[in-house]
Amino acid sequence: MRFKDKVALITGGARGMGAVEARMFAKEGAKVAIADILDKEGGALEKELSKNGHDAVYLHLDVAKSQDWRKAMEAIEKRFGRLNILVNNAGIRGELKDLVNITEEDYDRVLAINAKGTFLGMKYAIPAMRQVGGGAIVNISSLVGIIGSRGRNAAYDASKGATRVMTKTAAITYAKENIRVNSIHPGPIDTPMTEESYRDPEARARSQSRIPLGSIGQSEDVAYAVLFLASDESSYMTGAEIVVDGGMMAY
Amino acid sequence: MRLEGKVALISGGARGIGEADARLFAKEGAKVVIGDVLEKEGRQVEAAINEQGGDAVFLKLDVTNEADWSRAVDATLQRFGKLNVLVNNAGISGVQWMGEMSVEVWNKIVGTNAMGCMLGTRAAIPAMRKAGGGSIINISSQMGIVGSEFGHPIYTASKGAIRAFTKAIAVHHAKDKIRCNSVHPGPIATPGNEARRRTPGFNERIQAQVPLGRHGRPEEVAYGVLYLASDESKWITGIELAIDGGWLAQ
Repeated sequence: MRFKDKVALITGGARGMGAVEARMFAKEGAKVAIADILDKEGGALEKELSKNGHDAVYLHLDVAKSQDWRKAMEAIEKRFGRLNILVNNAGIRGELKDLVNITEEDYDRVLAINAKGTFLGMKYAIPAMRQVGGGAIVNISSLVGIIGSRGRNAAYDASKGATRVMTKTAAITYAKENIRVNSIHPGPIDTPMTEESYRDPEARARSQSRIPLGSIGQSEDVAYAVLFLASDESSYMTGAEIVVDGGMMAY
Repeated sequence: MRLEGKVALISGGARGIGEADARLFAKEGAKVVIGDVLEKEGRQVEAAINEQGGDAVFLKLDVTNEADWSRAVDATLQRFGKLNVLVNNAGISGVQWMGEMSVEVWNKIVGTNAMGCMLGTRAAIPAMRKAGGGSIINISSQMGIVGSEFGHPIYTASKGAIRAFTKAIAVHHAKDKIRCNSVHPGPIATPGNEARRRTPGFNERIQAQVPLGRHGRPEEVAYGVLYLASDESKWITGIELAIDGGWLAQ
């Protein structure tokens, strides 16, 4: 088991990619804190994992709120006594509009959750990781945190670009304390967040035609990359990017 | 086991990173072909894996030799029936020619590192097509992306060639379900650079430049290679995996 005795916090863990990661981490031996604002789904996942013999807890966490982060860290300390792994996975897509038509409110909301949420997660997790002599942080950015997306939500892309560079700054800054920070850059993946974008068969076919491996990715494809970066198997990696995109960026 | 039922050919598999790959692959259930010019070391790795219940075979393989590649792939198919994974790991640093920029040195370094990678890829693709797909992992370097005073400029060129070649193979062969990715190790402590690491002050200079503050271990690269070889990365192709202690992030 790759996470024996490790404690992991996964934001946005109630559904989609986060939930797949939570199940995978638990199976690999981790104690898992599932954090989300979706209390019903999060509570159900906590029950499911507990029923299967895993040690899991659901925590209500709006990643854009400092106060929520403080409470989550206290709850983890109380329940598990430590934190080894943080996956900053929570994120929103924003309005499906181009730059000119995005509202200022939407821009602020997307940046608050995706970029500030990741910032706050690192801000509150790093002191806890120091206490156990190190840790691993995995930030979920996006393919569009590296390259542009034609006509899509520029706020989303900006938030993912911010996540990408913050990752490197944190990596370099805390490397000597054995805290590793890496980012993952998924391309088009079937998740509840992208359901609206790929529901239309034509839009789906258009997306697929741009993917060398020929299909939209699945949450588990991303989860395995998260697993690798969160585990000690990647102990010499920090500030690195793993692109999970079916080959889109290679051409 | 993550490579259960898979057959892997690893060039430069007799020592260093290639040896770590071979041992880890075998532990994860792969049948392993160790290709190298270092016969004595290669036989030792072969014996060690087989003693531990693995299934490995050593083959003499000079990666610059076309006939050697044909023989290696044929022998792999004969012994194990198929080929699923190729690790183009063999390479030379050329530090003994530091300061020398000549056609001879270019041909030697680029001929071994970049041409060896091309010949291996060319030899493996038909077998992988027959197997319904495969995974090729090319070992480049952090110096395939940035320059460094520690590396020969021609070595950097050879590793940059591998980086871009990887993406082209990924794009060309995605339809065959053959994935192709590159790994970019930073400074790794291997037998090949042992003498250099004994030079006074060398380790301190390296450590000052690596955010994690140390050389990496061959096993730390091997786990990245394992990830790219296994089906856990089935939707990943054409990417660069930096295993460099944070070198490229700064």
